[in-house]
Amino acid sequence: MRRAILERLGRGPQPVGRLAEGLPVSRPAVSQHLKVLKEAGLVQDEAEGTRRIYRIDPAGLGEIRRWLDQFWDDALTAFAAEADRMDEATGKGDNA
Amino acid sequence: MNQIIRPAPVRRSVIVKADRARAFAVFAAGMDRWWPRTHSVGSSPQRRVVLEPVAGGRWYEIGEDGSECPWGKVLAYEPPARLLLAWQIDADWRYDPSLVTEVEVRFTPLAEGGTRVDLEHRDLERFGDKAEIVRPMLDSPGGWQGLLALFGGVADG
Repeated sequence: MRRAILERLGRGPQPVGRLAEGLPVSRPAVSQHLKVLKEAGLVQDEAEGTRRIYRIDPAGLGEIRRWLDQFWDDALTAFAAEADRMDEATGKGDNA
Repeated sequence: MNQIIRPAPVRRSVIVKADRARAFAVFAAGMDRWWPRTHSVGSSPQRRVVLEPVAGGRWYEIGEDGSECPWGKVLAYEPPARLLLAWQIDADWRYDPSLVTEVEVRFTPLAEGGTRVDLEHRDLERFGDKAEIVRPMLDSPGGWQGLLALFGGVADG
């Protein structure tokens, strides 16, 4: 459901009411999902009169950062495996 | 509502049994041996990763079809202590020569043997200089996959 909400927001900023119109869940449920997405740094909201307009975080730095964090974690894990494998293969004699 | 976000650098560390010189060699010259093949931005499946072992050297991947896809360059090459790379892949997974974010890798010998490798990817706010950064990420299949894998429970909940 949150993926569907993100995809809808990807088409442009919208208030909760309009988001909920095309989705098979209640408006309070959509609000709850938006709250989670906001906390995850995926969306931003802004007051416009009496309603709140939601949109995808335009900078997206939180996402980039988290993506890179995972990316480098994977890369360093692979690096360490190779470095240790090389170390085993050539024996400890080199370092002694 | 709009605030400037200055994200903290991404920092990861790992400890290996190899001594510092070997750790540096495996990381830099041997990058092709360990780089995850899934970490590719080229249009063709990745065949090889090349990091030229000299300051000013290129950092790129070669696809199965022989095409080269640049990632950035080597800013400092100081074996066995330090490597400084320019990561020039934008959020659209494309090489952008005008984008420079730094990846610094330091190799520190440990008293008990082995080496600690500290990686820092910084200047992340420079990604934000590019407008509409999230849209391309969401639009590309890899972007979605990466994003969704990353956010796992959040996005699929």
